[in-house]
Amino acid sequence: MSRPNFDVEAGLRRLELMERIRAFEETARRAAIDEQLVLGAIHLSIGQEAVAVAVMEPLRREDYILSTHRGHGHTLAKGAEAPAMMKELLGREGGCCGGKGGSMHIADFGVGMLGANGVVAANIHIAAGAAHGVKLLGGDRIVVCLFGDGAANRGPFLEGVNWAGVFDLPILFVCEDNHYSASTLTSAMTSGRVADRARALGLRTTEADGNDVTALAATAAEITGRIRATGKPEFLYVKTYRLSGHTYFDPATYRPEGEAEHMRETACPIMRLRVELAEAGVAEADMDALHGAAAEEMTAALDAARAAPWPADDSVFADVQDIGSPAMEAF
Amino acid sequence: MAAMTYAGAARLAIAEAMRADPTVWCVGEDLGRGGVFKQYDGLVEEFGPERISDAPISEAAIMGAAFGAAMVGTRPIVEMRFADFALCATDELVNQIAKARFMFGGQSRAPMVIRKPMGMWRSSAAQHSQSLESWYAHIPGLVVCCPATPQDNYSMMKAAIACDDPVVYLEHKDIWLDEGEVDTDLAGEFGKARVRREGGDVTIVSWSNTANLCLDAAETLAGEGIDAEVIDLLSLWPWDKAAVLSSVRKTGRLVVAHESVAVAGFGAEVVATVAQTVRLKALPRRLGSPRSLIAYAPNLEEQLKVTPAMISEAARGAVGGED
Repeated sequence: MSRPNFDVEAGLRRLELMERIRAFEETARRAAIDEQLVLGAIHLSIGQEAVAVAVMEPLRREDYILSTHRGHGHTLAKGAEAPAMMKELLGREGGCCGGKGGSMHIADFGVGMLGANGVVAANIHIAAGAAHGVKLLGGDRIVVCLFGDGAANRGPFLEGVNWAGVFDLPILFVCEDNHYSASTLTSAMTSGRVADRARALGLRTTEADGNDVTALAATAAEITGRIRATGKPEFLYVKTYRLSGHTYFDPATYRPEGEAEHMRETACPIMRLRVELAEAGVAEADMDALHGAAAEEMTAALDAARAAPWPADDSVFADVQDIGSPAMEAF
Repeated sequence: MAAMTYAGAARLAIAEAMRADPTVWCVGEDLGRGGVFKQYDGLVEEFGPERISDAPISEAAIMGAAFGAAMVGTRPIVEMRFADFALCATDELVNQIAKARFMFGGQSRAPMVIRKPMGMWRSSAAQHSQSLESWYAHIPGLVVCCPATPQDNYSMMKAAIACDDPVVYLEHKDIWLDEGEVDTDLAGEFGKARVRREGGDVTIVSWSNTANLCLDAAETLAGEGIDAEVIDLLSLWPWDKAAVLSSVRKTGRLVVAHESVAVAGFGAEVVATVAQTVRLKALPRRLGSPRSLIAYAPNLEEQLKVTPAMISEAARGAVGGED
């Protein structure tokens, strides 16, 4: 039985977005492995789509998010266009960063996505600063900073979360615990509990199931509403699971045998939502149609990216700096 | 024109910029009490604690948070207290601030002034005395500025605040109280050197406080009939190659002097650029600190200093054509 008050329409919207994120990443992975079109490393968030969908749902376009190297889902859910993202992964003209950043530096300032980051935890105090800027400039924008469990063991976690508390900033920190810091079990490298660290720093902290998109969306709406109203920072710690490896080419053999299969069968957020939608009377065929449409959309995005030209050679000298620009003098 | 100190000149530039633009703000440790060198004295009274903001002792967060605030439309002035402490915020400066505009395909800017008081000062030993300007000159995306006089600390600070690129702004701690006349109408320009003294016999290139020492050396040399031209680069990126090349074309002789370690210092860049462009009459001379560590005891600290006597001696060698 689906839970009481289960909103079928919202469920279908969330399923559609989760399917789009998964299809984007599956398509990118195929483009990397089968065609070598994606040149650098990409870090997939397969299995973690519910976090992106639920946390972005209550945000406005003008709200800001800062993401990580595992940021495709966050970026799509914030409203970026799949073809521009795919072109970026392929390093092509028309990519959201002009082919200069790739997957790990994907950004779309037009939808308030202020950048993925190739350095773990580096976005935490930058995000606190974005919220600091928002507060100085006035208005009721909020900032959401997403990072993984591994980031809790770097200095910016302490410095950035403390900063948000000290200056009372409108920011939500979301720690997305997918169990692994690259190939190392995070629990083996973490003293105490991450959520307790946030509490110790004085932030109102919520712990939630990161694979239950329905419940998480309600939680995220409540928390972000409160941040918008009070201007005070909060912390959301969610448990999820990375069904893929650290990078697309990581077979993740360090996981105990059967763990990923077990999680795929019991914890996958798409699977869980489909079960609940079916219980609420949605036909499997309708859900399959969303899956098919997402795959088609992302195949088209890849086709567009494949057809796009490389960026102009001299763009490597653009947007470095105005003063002393290498376009004027590279040496 | 008004007489003011090196510290006071920058303070005036900041106050004027903050009056003109409400998005300019300062953040760093102890700013609410005027800053560790009193270079923010009186500003919190005028602008309040939100715009002259104290900070936890979290250099990485000061740098990172200021960057975040810059990306959303403010213009932060970041105080690092000592250039040495800015190393705690190296990822933020080098991997984030310097690269964001490029990596994000021009979607963002980081209009920031990053103040890093540098240099040897009152037996401050190895962690409070360094001159690391050449590190930053090596990083694409950054503007690097090292003013040496009250006038230039006023004009260049104004230019740094107005600049849409991140500016690493290195002030020398030993000259905070140096006084000089400041013309507030004089605009600073990155990549435009100041010829501190004209002369036809030898070109002496320097920056930061060593440029002041070069002037002392030039006085001594003048007494001996050697007419030295002293060029203060003011900014290392961009740097005024045209001024240096035009001067050495005239003099045919080059001395470069700086306080930082000579090995891989920016002096090497200046000498290399000249060497591949102009045929000099004498071998170029490069003066910098030996590659050792700055010590506490005054006699040990002295061993590492580039002095006016050393600068004069190098110039005499170049002019004497002993090569």
